[in-house]
Amino acid sequence: MKKDIIIDLKNIDVSYGENKILDNISLYIRDKEFITLLGPSGCGKTTTLRVIAGFTQPDCGDVIFNGKKINDLPPYKRQVNTIFQKYALFPHLNVFENIAFGLRLKKKSDKEIKERVAEMLELVNLKGFSKRNIDSLSGGQQQRVAIARALANDPKVLLLDEPLAALDLKLRKDMQVELKNIQQKLGITFIFVTHDQEEALSMSDTVVVMDNGVIQQIGTPQDIYNEPKNAFVADFIGESNILDGVMKEDFRARFSGHTFQCLDKGFGTGEAVDVVIRPEDIVVTTPDKGMISGTVTSVTFKGVHYEIIVDIRGFKWMIQSIHEQKVGDEIGLVIEPDSIHIMKKSIYSGKFGDYSSFSDEIDHLSDIEEEE
Amino acid sequence: MEKKTLSAKLLASPHIVWSVLFIIAPLIMVAYYSFTNADGNFTLENIKALSDYKEVFLNSIWYGIVATLICLVIAYPTAYFIARSKARVQSTMIMLVMLPMWTSLIVRTYSIMSLIENTGIINSFIQKLGFEPIQMINTSGAVILGMVYDFLPFMILPIYSVLTKLDNKLVEAAHDLGADKITVLTKVVLPLSRSGILSGITMVFVPSVSTFYISQKLGGGNFALVGEIIEGQFVTSNNFNLGASLSLVLMVLILICMAVMNHFSGDEEESSGGLMP
Ligand SMILES: Nc1ncnc2c1ncn2[C@@H]1O[C@H](COP(=O)(O)OP(=O)(O)OP(=O)(O)O)[C@@H](O)[C@H]1O
Ligand SMILES: [Mg+2]
Repeated sequence: MKKDIIIDLKNIDVSYGENKILDNISLYIRDKEFITLLGPSGCGKTTTLRVIAGFTQPDCGDVIFNGKKINDLPPYKRQVNTIFQKYALFPHLNVFENIAFGLRLKKKSDKEIKERVAEMLELVNLKGFSKRNIDSLSGGQQQRVAIARALANDPKVLLLDEPLAALDLKLRKDMQVELKNIQQKLGITFIFVTHDQEEALSMSDTVVVMDNGVIQQIGTPQDIYNEPKNAFVADFIGESNILDGVMKEDFRARFSGHTFQCLDKGFGTGEAVDVVIRPEDIVVTTPDKGMISGTVTSVTFKGVHYEIIVDIRGFKWMIQSIHEQKVGDEIGLVIEPDSIHIMKKSIYSGKFGDYSSFSDEIDHLSDIEEEE
Repeated sequence: MEKKTLSAKLLASPHIVWSVLFIIAPLIMVAYYSFTNADGNFTLENIKALSDYKEVFLNSIWYGIVATLICLVIAYPTAYFIARSKARVQSTMIMLVMLPMWTSLIVRTYSIMSLIENTGIINSFIQKLGFEPIQMINTSGAVILGMVYDFLPFMILPIYSVLTKLDNKLVEAAHDLGADKITVLTKVVLPLSRSGILSGITMVFVPSVSTFYISQKLGGGNFALVGEIIEGQFVTSNNFNLGASLSLVLMVLILICMAVMNHFSGDEEESSGGLMP
């Protein structure tokens, strides 16, 4: 095993009653890495963090820290600190005392504590807040106190459970940059949890996509986006058209009534596969020049591009294009070989349909559900 | 706007009537009787007479403090334990705590009497085993026991109610920052249950200081508490004026005790944030 691995989860199972919450989770985390657990609500992200922090005992499997098994080590003895999903700041203590909590327990001198707290307050941009009551802080400020409180302890590993979920978009973007800076400056391993795929892609060195207590894919943001392992990952990360297809032979896939050149090989001849095509990779042209063609059913202006839904043989494709199209027009599509990604069939095949029921409203509703 | 305040006033009016009738008016009457003699003329005699009862007052407060502390020591772990159990266990145990409160204080005190009397249940048992009976009733211990038994639920319930509201995430956060179980208790759980402890103390201390029934029945009149004296003035001696002035001073003393306690517990939090020794 490589030397720079700081945390190693081996075949972790966690169940509550009948429900299997984590199913055979195996994952190693390198020192100083920014790793993100990404997945829908209830998929077991928080539970994974709790296993690492020591609040939840796995039914089976090992938690290894710096080469030592720590399954039985209580949370207060682990060199890991957590930023909880709802911050969990101490309401009876002011900002200073919240940040000093861990330092006081370590019996540091008053002078040391003062310096360290001041340093932390500066790091999270909260100078002058030390006397403030927790209740008097805004969500973003509480957030930063929580970060400072955890970092003051000089942890080897910081666990962050959706730390930005409660912030508005602008603050969230700022905090993303700040967190990333802090992580690089201090050289600490960050294990970050989010259900926001954009956040995951933009911040992480490694992304772990989870669903239903199972790790679906581990990889760099680029890998995850460009080479999703199955329909779930493809659908969860970004927009994608996922079609039923058949491999004719290496480098030739047939779907949507046309045989396309692609870059994928190693599938059986005639093997049924899932085909992923990202909406931004599709080139729009006239029907006669297209490899396939269909009728535009809706066009939405999104600022950077238009989101165009095209009906091709009953399958509603999504296309992102900077050129506007008219509803009812026939258009042709060109799909280059490197825009096609072939996946093996999985339990998720067929679960993610086309964009026929797609509307912003529905997207929005499900977002709200997730947050609750 | 006007309509709203009017309706608000109307809604509040039963409460106001209630307060005036049952809280303010009695207070005024107590004050009035304290400073008048039997003929209704102004006098300070009643207040001067109080110096004879100094010891009784001190005694009462001492008993109140002891009973309150014992209640606190028993109630806190009990409440903590209940608050930490499963929901179904919790409701059963809270029922058990509240059950005695549904019977009258008199019945509860009598039940203690029948336990600890010289010919009571415990002593007959001891005698059956062949030992000498133990004098339990009519001792100061019996009075304290009565107070603790009668008022314990008033300590458990408010502490329990703050503890159930305490977010377990805070406990976990403290563990996460390196606190062991005992530190979590002293630095997080105890400070956060302060309000429950304070109201528990109030609800036990006040009735303990002013009780007359318990000391009469379990102390056998050997341990005169101020409540007993007051009762005597009203019921036997028919000296309403002295009774009223005793009550008035008792009220003031209780208020002072509560203020002192509130002051100290409030201070502690401000000066050290509950963390520094
Ligand atoms: N103490 C518990 N008892 C029973 N079930 C639990 C417990 N804790 C978590 N679960 C269940 O485990 C599953 C995973 O929970 P977890 O908190 O890990 O989800 P998550 O991925 O963090 O979701 P979210 O994004 O909503 O925070 C959920 O279905 C949840 O209901
Ligand atoms: Mg969670």
